[in-house]
Amino acid sequence: MHDMSAHVAHHAPPTSFIRKHIFSLDHKVIGKQYYGLALIAVLVGMVLSWLMRIHLGWTNYAIPGLHFLSSNGAPGNVMTPEYYLQLMTMHATIMVFFVLTTAPFAAFGNYFLPIQVGAEDMPFPHFNMMSFWVTFVGFVVLIASFFVSDGPTLGGWTQYAPLSAVGAVGGPGEGMGVVLWASSIAIFCVGQLLGSLNFITTTLDMRTKGMSLWRLPLSAWGWFITSCMGLTAFAVLMPACILLILDHVAGTSFFVPSNLVLNDQLQPHAGGSTLLWQHLFWFFGHPEVYIAIVPGMGIVSHVLITNMRKPMLSHRVLIYSFGALAVLSYMVYGHHMFVSGMNPVSSLAFSFPTLIITIPSTIIVLIWMGSLYGAKLHTNTACLFALGFISMFISGGVSGFFLAQPSTDIMLHATYFVVGHFHMVMGVAAMFGIFAGTYFWFPKMFGRMMNETLGKVHFWLTFVGAYCIFMPFHYLGLAGNVRRYQAFANVDYMAHLVPLHRFITISALLTGASQLVFLYNLIHSRFWGKPATDNPWQATSLEWSTPTTPPPHNNFGDKLPEVFHDPYQYGVESSVGDYVMQASPEQVSSGHDEA
Amino acid sequence: MATTVHEPPRIEPPHERSRLSAGSGNGGRSLVPADGDLRRIKDYSPPPSATGIWVVMASITMSFLAFTSALIVRQGSASDWHHLTLPRILYLNTLVLLASSIALEVARRQVRSFMAGGRHSAAYPTRWLYITLFLGLLFVAGQYFAWLQLRAQGLFLATNPNSSFFYVLTAIHALHVSGGLGGLARVILRLNRSILRQSTLDATAHYWHFMDGLWVYLLLLLWMKL
Amino acid sequence: MAKFFAVTIFAIAILSAIPILRHTWWMAPDISTHGAPIDEQMSETMAEAGISFLASQLILGLFIWKFSNPRSGDKIKSFPGGAKAMVWAAFLLVGTEVLALGVFGAKAWANVYFTAPSPEAMPVQVQAGQFAFYFRYPGPDGSFATIHPDLISEANQNFYGIDADHDPDAKDDIVTAEMAIPVNREIHLLMHSKDVGHSFFVPELRVQQDFVPGLDLSLHFTATKIGRYEIVCTQLCGLGHYNMKAYLSVLSPQDFDDWLKKQAALQ
Repeated sequence: MHDMSAHVAHHAPPTSFIRKHIFSLDHKVIGKQYYGLALIAVLVGMVLSWLMRIHLGWTNYAIPGLHFLSSNGAPGNVMTPEYYLQLMTMHATIMVFFVLTTAPFAAFGNYFLPIQVGAEDMPFPHFNMMSFWVTFVGFVVLIASFFVSDGPTLGGWTQYAPLSAVGAVGGPGEGMGVVLWASSIAIFCVGQLLGSLNFITTTLDMRTKGMSLWRLPLSAWGWFITSCMGLTAFAVLMPACILLILDHVAGTSFFVPSNLVLNDQLQPHAGGSTLLWQHLFWFFGHPEVYIAIVPGMGIVSHVLITNMRKPMLSHRVLIYSFGALAVLSYMVYGHHMFVSGMNPVSSLAFSFPTLIITIPSTIIVLIWMGSLYGAKLHTNTACLFALGFISMFISGGVSGFFLAQPSTDIMLHATYFVVGHFHMVMGVAAMFGIFAGTYFWFPKMFGRMMNETLGKVHFWLTFVGAYCIFMPFHYLGLAGNVRRYQAFANVDYMAHLVPLHRFITISALLTGASQLVFLYNLIHSRFWGKPATDNPWQATSLEWSTPTTPPPHNNFGDKLPEVFHDPYQYGVESSVGDYVMQASPEQVSSGHDEA
Repeated sequence: MATTVHEPPRIEPPHERSRLSAGSGNGGRSLVPADGDLRRIKDYSPPPSATGIWVVMASITMSFLAFTSALIVRQGSASDWHHLTLPRILYLNTLVLLASSIALEVARRQVRSFMAGGRHSAAYPTRWLYITLFLGLLFVAGQYFAWLQLRAQGLFLATNPNSSFFYVLTAIHALHVSGGLGGLARVILRLNRSILRQSTLDATAHYWHFMDGLWVYLLLLLWMKL
Repeated sequence: MAKFFAVTIFAIAILSAIPILRHTWWMAPDISTHGAPIDEQMSETMAEAGISFLASQLILGLFIWKFSNPRSGDKIKSFPGGAKAMVWAAFLLVGTEVLALGVFGAKAWANVYFTAPSPEAMPVQVQAGQFAFYFRYPGPDGSFATIHPDLISEANQNFYGIDADHDPDAKDDIVTAEMAIPVNREIHLLMHSKDVGHSFFVPELRVQQDFVPGLDLSLHFTATKIGRYEIVCTQLCGLGHYNMKAYLSVLSPQDFDDWLKKQAALQ
């Protein structure tokens, strides 16, 4: 037996409930499990952000019920300063790791990468199953920190040393809270490495006959490039977390220098380097933000092409640009450290690749926009979110010009300008990528269509709402509003900015509430949505060629498809319309056999 | 030790993906497109475990690079670097690990010649795999002895930065070696049940040799820096 | 739907630009000698970012408007020049723009960091600790007493761990909770952290620099306008981070001398 399926641990369709839905080896189930985890995480992260925003607008307000979450953190329902920082740290950690890395990459990638390459499953299904459950355990460990006596760590998702390494003497949550945070992240790294293993081997080794690398859809390229980044980035974060945990529980001094005095007591540590943590963290941290956005770029490209009824101006240039982003992302991390006390020459050195990385980003955006020219755009919900992604990415990206230069960074570092920048370019844009993927692929995953009207309502409220929330952050930053402050009344020059914060809070609460429309649509359509055909969007890639919808256990039934075309043959004249599917042997005349 | 095998284990040579011959129902349809555009489609793909093991090795390399840079920065950040003498048993452990790699290679060649019909029993290859496993276990035990020797000198995990890095680097390496031991055990089990794949054996061997090379690197690092 | 999208994007782009153009929320006026190149960089960057932002959002909206809701006879078209044009545009426009920003920005940065403080600069030490800044002036002898970390005690108000009994330099050190400096005089700020990471930020002075525990860093600057300003901590340092600030008074030379004498008497 010499076919590819010999390399997949043949698993017959499971029969027991546990094997089907809980400990499943099927990449489709694993993808859905990741999506479910990301959904829970985003709801938690969003609620945390509401609590933060309410507190920032109305610092002494007694938020009803808050003392049930923590009696230490909110006596009489009024949030203490430390609890604000603790909620903020958890908000960021949950969102960056368990939403932005999980949903666009692990959820959609696990479900659709094997199908888009034309495989039955991933080559290491047991590792794949482990990767989800390990990630899940990481999430549980993180959430557990809410329930220890001191609460979660308050050091920000960046956990700068020595605050993160000195132990409980640094503040509330700096003891057990940090240990749980670092353990959770180390566990998360293991899960992601197992996932990357599967993604890379699937892309390189499991492609069906006729599927060359260049014929892979852009979403597949997005996942593949992301998994390569994940492999190297998470492999650096894990050692950093291990060393941090050792500083806590074993009395080592990797990150804590000598002669620190906290609470009037000389600390026992000696000789560690605080900047070492920053270097290790940001070496991971910068590729991480590209890990969060590149899958979205792949998904958005994929969705746009289908709804434009034409391929992108150049398939390969987009792929090269994704790759260039990935490679350059390792060279720029020092821009988070311009005023950190590292050698000022290094600051200049890091600023040049940071400015240059604008070039591939611009190429990508220009190709998207240039491809819109002359398109036949169908503005369904998935397409609206894809277009919204472009708008958000542009807005978030141009603020990067300021942060890429050390001289202007002097004024903007650690202000709300930075917070606005990363929320737009990474947070909101990636969310829009997730939404675009959801509305686009829901019919294939569940055999039902989502409600278009509700989808459009969701889009408009979210698009306008997100701008109302995050555009003002930039103004706050220009005015010198420092970040990670739980209140602004104590600083004279910031006190007049509180009304703008209140506007933001109200926008945030309204935009958050409008996500209920999405949640309702998701759940209602799952059970009572209009039944979907196999290819409701008249799309070309392999996921739309599955014999049933949702796809059968081994994705393609009796035989794997054979690929005859580049992935985006649109704008042609074929027997089925203006497109020809990748798996269809039909040859067409005016094809855009795009390089 | 090795069981008597009544039929050769199914160890598959590197395969060719050949959808046509698999009788997948192409119906003899020509694959040449009507416009004659013959794009070179790669039909051959390595087995996933071959790619997979390189992926694993790349990520482990990155982790140890991170530890290395932490060591270098930590050394430069303060003047509390107290050179320690490496426990002598480390050198013995190195020889043991190198020997295990040699044993593994012997086992691999035995398996290949067995597949080519050279021998009638799998006893020899299995024996050499057991030797590899034993030497690997000896290595891990030897590392533990090295820790005991350091402790006898009063050097514990938090005593000074040198000892910290010593314990951390050797412990993490030993942990990964244990993973390799698991892989070897799996290979032996499969060989005994006649379901071992060539790709699995190759992947496990690559990983084991990588652990070997990684150890030599770490030894040099420890010797130079600590 | 497409037209609505286009109109919304136009509105968002223009509404976003208005507070920027009108400087509704903006940096405080510069009171430093090194700040002018920084402000120039900000303006240039704002112009380039602003034009890129407006142009791209407007073009995005325009294309969505024009190329949606296709009629069945419509044929798809390709942007003239194709991908090649986009790549060239990116390299030329963006490449030159960012390199220009980088090169000129480097000068502004070098102005701050690659110049040494003049020998006549007045040394002032600042120590950051959870959750306050304390300042120290060396007094007439011009030298600072050694910091003994084991002697640091908030309870005894010995913020710098000064060994008053045995250290001869300690006699005339002046430790204050507020910083004052004479106008138009270069200051050499010596930065020291007592515990965790902090940062020193005075927007009007165009300075921001982290304190690194274990590292002795310094800044130098000259203030050109008399007034009262705030120093805020911008590196998350614990629960009191939001409250960690100190006042900076820029005084006339005479007022500064009076202030210093008063502080010395309070030691």
